[in-house]
Amino acid sequence: MTSAPAMELRGVSVNFGSVKALQDINIKVYPGEVHCLLGDNGAGKSTLIKVLSGVHKPSSGEILVDGNPVVFRTPRDAQALGVATVFQDLGMIPMMSITRNFFLGREPTRSSLPFSRLDKERANSVARQAMADIGIDVRDPTQAVGTLSGGERQSVAIARAVHFGARVLILDEPTSALGVHQAAMVLKFIIEARMRGLAVIFISHNIHHAYPVGDTFTLLNRGRNRGTYAKSEISRDEVISIMSGGEDLKAVEAEIAGLLASIAERKATSPAA
Amino acid sequence: MAAVEQQLSEPTASENRFGITSKRSGGADERLASTGWFKKLIQRPEAGAAGGLLATIIIFAVLPGASNLYSLQGAMTFLTLSAELGIIATAAALLIIAGEFDLSVGSMIGFAGVVIGLTVRELGFPLWGGIAAAFAVAILVGYLNGLIVVKTRLPSFIVTLASLFILRGLSIAITRAVTGRTQIPYILQDVPDPGTASLFNGHIFTGFFQWMADQGWIAARSDGVPFVTGVPASIVWWIGITVIAGYVLTQTRYGNWIFATGGDQDVARNVGVPVGRVKISLFVCTACAATLLATIQVMEAGSADTTRGLLKEFEAIIAAVIGGVLLTGGYGTVYGVLFGSLIFGLVQMGIFYTGIDTDWFKVFLGLVILAAVLVNTYIRTKALGGGRGR
Repeated sequence: MTSAPAMELRGVSVNFGSVKALQDINIKVYPGEVHCLLGDNGAGKSTLIKVLSGVHKPSSGEILVDGNPVVFRTPRDAQALGVATVFQDLGMIPMMSITRNFFLGREPTRSSLPFSRLDKERANSVARQAMADIGIDVRDPTQAVGTLSGGERQSVAIARAVHFGARVLILDEPTSALGVHQAAMVLKFIIEARMRGLAVIFISHNIHHAYPVGDTFTLLNRGRNRGTYAKSEISRDEVISIMSGGEDLKAVEAEIAGLLASIAERKATSPAA
Repeated sequence: MAAVEQQLSEPTASENRFGITSKRSGGADERLASTGWFKKLIQRPEAGAAGGLLATIIIFAVLPGASNLYSLQGAMTFLTLSAELGIIATAAALLIIAGEFDLSVGSMIGFAGVVIGLTVRELGFPLWGGIAAAFAVAILVGYLNGLIVVKTRLPSFIVTLASLFILRGLSIAITRAVTGRTQIPYILQDVPDPGTASLFNGHIFTGFFQWMADQGWIAARSDGVPFVTGVPASIVWWIGITVIAGYVLTQTRYGNWIFATGGDQDVARNVGVPVGRVKISLFVCTACAATLLATIQVMEAGSADTTRGLLKEFEAIIAAVIGGVLLTGGYGTVYGVLFGSLIFGLVQMGIFYTGIDTDWFKVFLGLVILAAVLVNTYIRTKALGGGRGR
């Protein structure tokens, strides 16, 4: 990692009234790297993604893109700088076709008049090609996005971000609603994006999806950064332990074991039914 | 990449004792049923309306007394009715596809007529000046409707319900204050530019119709002038507007924005669609369509009436819904609205010709809108692949 980070957060904090949602977060994401942000519910993942994508402004600290400090006033500002976010709701309109969704807001036209004709043939072929490039075979680019499965929709959203020149790709829980096979498919696209030199920020609470594709792991807990580790420095179990706050999980496990034991005991002592 | 392949590898031999075929074994997804041309056809949003139109045509063809409906004269009569509705319904449909309603369309028809009448009769404007004034007022009304809806985020249903009453009230109050009556007659008398009116109340292909009458192909009066002298301008306007709106909706970037705005405005806004501008411009379109209809009616009648256009806003919405436009926005076509307007005109005249009590027309309307909404919901579910999605 000799190059400059594609995106960097320096000492970012976000307060909602008296609630400190994020405190002093420092993250560096490099091109060609999958950076996983891991944390349990309430760790601040959602807030962090909104800061990265320009929905929320940090209360303090700064955001740097390619080493230059930037201020995102709207998600569009972030997009203009090549920071593309694929949200959980995917930012797609179910009743519109794949192509129409793919080019929404950036429609190719044959001239620059307000009522100039859409270049549908080109749009269809470009959309099909862009998805083929990251390994998705689209049967019919004119079919409605609503007819696609969750994994396919996710793939379209990723292909769109990659095609429109994203250099930082932020994925918000891209695998959480998916089945095993579809999750694997999306993970493959994440690797494809990384190979194309994108900096990928992968937010998840599922270590089993994040660990295989991640290069670097930043662990969040209760709004704080609990450390950033390269894959070689940390094992799957250690990640789980830090994510959940370590001792907590052991205590819960012990409690459950105790409960099960007491149930078994009660069954044994009660008269046979 | 090699590392990934390993991590996401195929099920091992031990897993395969369950007889699982890999989903990645290649080829097309075997669960994907092939889509025949017929299924594709009925999945189009205007399919329900086209079927309804066909059924309506057949019903009136077999009903006794309705054969006059399919004479040239009868056809021109119902086509004129369809045209007058179609002009406003097309604009209303675009707005509904963008997720908003305009209930002030009917009042705008009355108000625009009053503006033309008063400017021409009381202020001595030429006809073109009066018409231009009416369109200027329409642009302002549409802009304000849109601006209030966009800025306050109130439901357009409420905002334009207010406009409905305000415009109707203004029409009656101003006309009565100025003229002491609620009608403005003799608008076409002594104007410097009587030719302007023929743009709205004239006929085209008159030579062709005269020639057909000379050949004895169409009915003519004893002096040789055919009963139908040509195609009324309203029908030409209707077809023109339908073609333009259809082109804009399906072939342009702006049309894509209309679908997106109605489909999910937050998503649309996030990808950079100017949602507010799309909505405001469409409110201007509905007001202008109402004004065009008002102009046609004033030029044909030669007078303006403050009660013109009563309930037209609902007829426009009904025609759009019959045409397959989803009331919730994001889906629909202009050609469906063409069919919807045709059904409307056909039934209205058909009931008249068959001698059925015309009071039944409203009952019919109510039933048709219910059926149309049910069909639309069904078709949309089909379009989204059988119930998946929202």
